[in-house]
Formats: sequence, C-alpha cells, structure tokens
Amino acid sequence: MHIHFLDPYEPGNSPIHALDARVKFVLTVTFILTTSLAPAGAWPVYILLFAISISVIVLSNLGVGTVLKRAAVAIPFALAALPVLFTVKGESLFMAQLGFVTLTASVEGTERFFSILLKSYISLQMAITLASSTPFPQLLMAMRAVKIPRLLVAIFGLMWRYLFVLADEATRLLRARAARSGAVPQAGLKTGGSIVWRGKVAGGMAGNLFLRALDRSDRIYAAMAARGYDGEVRGFALPRVPVMHQVVLIAGLIVLAALFGLSRLLGA
Amino acid sequence: MLASPAQLHIPDGFLSTPVAILFWILSAIVIAIALRRVNADLGERHVPMMGVLAACIFAGQMLNFAVAGGTSGHLLGAALAAILLGPWAAVLVMTSVLGVQALIFQDGGLLALGANIFNMGIIGAFVGHFAYTTLRRLSGNRAWGIFAGGFIGAWLAVVISALACALQLALSGTSPANIAVPAMGGVHVLIGIGEGLITVGALAFIYVARRDLLGIGEGKPAGKAVWVAGLVIALALAIMSPLASAHPDGLEWVAEQAGFLHQAASAPYSIIPDYVMPGVSNEALATIIAGIVGVVIVAAVVGALALSRRNAQGKTQ
Repeated sequence: MHIHFLDPYEPGNSPIHALDARVKFVLTVTFILTTSLAPAGAWPVYILLFAISISVIVLSNLGVGTVLKRAAVAIPFALAALPVLFTVKGESLFMAQLGFVTLTASVEGTERFFSILLKSYISLQMAITLASSTPFPQLLMAMRAVKIPRLLVAIFGLMWRYLFVLADEATRLLRARAARSGAVPQAGLKTGGSIVWRGKVAGGMAGNLFLRALDRSDRIYAAMAARGYDGEVRGFALPRVPVMHQVVLIAGLIVLAALFGLSRLLGA
Repeated sequence: MLASPAQLHIPDGFLSTPVAILFWILSAIVIAIALRRVNADLGERHVPMMGVLAACIFAGQMLNFAVAGGTSGHLLGAALAAILLGPWAAVLVMTSVLGVQALIFQDGGLLALGANIFNMGIIGAFVGHFAYTTLRRLSGNRAWGIFAGGFIGAWLAVVISALACALQLALSGTSPANIAVPAMGGVHVLIGIGEGLITVGALAFIYVARRDLLGIGEGKPAGKAVWVAGLVIALALAIMSPLASAHPDGLEWVAEQAGFLHQAASAPYSIIPDYVMPGVSNEALATIIAGIVGVVIVAAVVGALALSRRNAQGKTQ
C-alpha cells in the first residue's frame, strides 16, 4: 500500500498556488503572528482576519468547506481552555450546576475562551492553505530563504523523502502483525495477550523499524558518498522573487500591520 | 492515518505571543547547539542519518496497540531517540518530526512550534537521557538497568513534557494552573506508561538483535552538562507545577508582571484613549463595521474570481 495520500498538497493553478512560496511562507507566519497578537475580545480584528483567510481560501480554489472542516482539528484542544470560562473573574454570565458545585461563567472568561478558539481556527485555516497549495520542496526553499540553518533544512528534506518509504515499511509491519493475530469467534475464549504484552509487541516492531531505518540510512549515506557527497549541502542559488510577488508581499505585510495597529487601538 | 492523539501538540492561538516567542528563542538556541554537536560527532553522515531516523520516528507513530475501549497507544519517541542516538541527535530528530507535523499536517501550530519542540523534543530528549543513563550506570550496565532506565526515561519524558505544556498554557492565561497541571499531568501519567512499554519493547528487541547499538548514545558521551540539564529540568518542573497549581494566582501574578496576560492593555499603545477606532467611539459599532468590511472583501474576491472565470471560458469557447 502506498500512502502518498498523506501529502496534503493539492495541485492547482490558482493565484495562491502560483504565488512564490517564500512570499506565502512569510505572509502565513506573519498572519498567524498578527492573529496571535490580537487581544482577547478584539472581535472587529478577528472578523477582518477571518475575511482575509476566507478570501485566500476562495482564491486558492481548495474548497472553502474542505478547509474549514479540516481546520476544526484543533477543537479537541479547546478542552484545555474550557476552565477559563469559570475561573476568570468578572461579570457573571451564566451558572452551570455540576454535582454539588455551581460554576459561574464570567463575561470576561467567555470572551477569552471564544477568542482563543477563534484565533486558533483562523490560524489553522492559513496553515492548511499554505500546506495544501505549496509542494514540500518549495516550502524547503522558503525555509532556506528565511535563513533556517541549511543543515536543518537538508534534514527536513531527507526526512520528507523517506517518510513515505518508512510509512510503507511501518504499514507492512502492521499488516504482518494483523495477519498473524488470530481472532476466535468462540465466546469466552480470550485472544491476544495483556496490554503489557501488546505494548511490548508494538515496541518490538518500533525497534525493528528503527533498525531498518538505521540500515537504510547507511545505504543512503553510502550512495550519497559514492556520488561525491562531502557533507556540504549544495543548492541552487535562490531565484529572485518576481516583482509582482514582491508587491503582493509588501501589500500583505502592510494590511497585516494595519490590522495589528487596529488590534492595539481596540486593546487600549 | 498519521493523525496522533495530539494532546501535547499545542495549536496556534492557545499560547500568548510572548510565551510562544520566548520558547521559540530557547528552542532555537538548543537546536543550534545540537546541530553543532551532532555535526562534530557524526560528520557528513549526520544529514542522511538524522533525516531517515526522523522519518522513522514519524512513521513509528503509526505502530499502535489497542489499550481499552477503542483507544490505542502509540510511540511518541523522544526518549527512545535519546537512548539510541544520544540527546543532541534526538533533539534534531524530534525537531524535524515536530516541524513537519506542524508545517504539513497542522499537528501543533507554527507559532507554537517553538514551545512544542521545547516540550516534546528538548525536554523529552534530555529528561529521557538523564533517567536512562542514571539507571543504566546504577545497574552497572546490566540488562535490568537498560530496561528500567528505558521505561522510567520514557515515562518521565512524557509526564514532564505534559507539565511543561500545562505551565505554558497557564502562563499564557489559556488554562488556570490549578486545573491544567493536574489534568494534563494525570492523563500523561497514564499515557507515559504506554510510552514506557513501547520503549522497553523496542529496547528488548534491539538488545536481542543488535546489542551493540545500545552503546550508540554512550559511545559519544553527551557529557555531564546534558545529564545535569535533564536532572534540573525534571526537578524544576516536578517542583514548580505543584507549586503553581497550589497557588495559581502566583503564576498569574508572574504572567501579569511580565506583561503576558494583558499585553495589549499597556499605556504606550493607547494612542487615542477615548476612541475604539479613530472616529468610531463604540466597540459594537466597530464590530459591525468590521463585519460589513469583511463581507465586502470576501464578496469582492468571489465576484472577481467568478468574473475572471467567465471571461476565461468565453475566450475558450
């Protein structure tokens, strides 16, 4: 089984796909930073950020519904923020009866909770759009352009190259385990060992995967060395960002700076 | 398929900006040191090795086992990587795993990535390394020391990472310490057992198949400093978190002093104190205007796109 479907990149020829990866990368990170800097309850700023992210998704032709649905992955984490509803002191909004305890939700707490949720949701939409509209090699180029250490980028690149190979390998290990695990239809007859045993089996498989990966890395190194690899990771000089894309970058940064200013005014 | 129960992968929005940036800086420093150390140890070999082993840890997270009630446990890997490769290489491996998870699979946020690398990569590797080497030395390199060290190292790495995550959330004003610390800590005391079992299983297999590899982390001694760092991190978080949850106001106080919670409310920014927006004196009104502007933006984009498509179709016909 090949699991290339793992790669979230979806080819397309929308303006967002065509935009230089470096511009996209910088704008996405700045967008998420701007979102993060908006204080709790700055609803007008959130609305404008949301409008921008929806516009970008529309332009990217990825499907608004698909992206909005995928961006909901962080919702379970909201559980961690749920207590602020009740612990932040302020004007009482509603009461919740939990056994013997009465919890009082404050207006401020509710505001903070929904702000966190919304900020997370908007940030995720942008991150998904970036990953879905940009092939990984171009993201690597963007990382090089923003001066992430070359060696780290090289490791990222090799990891991506072999992720699918090793995921295939892991799938084979899982299939082999499934093939050798019996299930007896007869009632009362226990199949499979204890949790401890199952955990150790999964561990043994992980160890096996590790050994295979280590051997593979030796082979890869040998192959690289055979082709003249000497520890230096060389790449083409990065092409210049086309003028039109530079304009998009500057315009985007100005809009985000304006939104940052607005959120400061609202927070004051 | 690779979606993991991402309890510890903090998404964007849940950390306040100063906390997120602080941990980005801390992680960047450790990653820079790790790059230098690993490059010195492994030389030109290190790029292919780190890359493939990062892919291995990532893919290894698919190897799950049924626990109970439809839930399953799977490897997180920081401690195992630290045991097999040494703490510095483990930092690089985990940085790559977490980086790709955040960038491509949105498992954890981009701004929060610094904190996630710090919790799961750096703390996981250092604490795991500390516990493992300690028990191993105590046992005089006997098998029980390796396995006990593996179990405790993996368990401790998960629990301490969870405590760090809880404290960061508390410091961000996202979750009160007296709830986040016991909740996160409690859940991961259990998850840590699964991690410990898998790690022991992996070590037991490697002990049988390739015993020489269990010397890798030891061969290039990571030095006392790393061991001490692991000890200090483990102790500091183990002491700090109960303190923080006993006095959540204390942490809130720290956060407020550092300007974490109400960063936006500080005076220098109140340029036009009596107005919400220049010329708009009412927050509700500002929200309504923003709503209208937002709808106009989206409508304009949709309209322009539809128009350009119709034109394109008109030309082809």
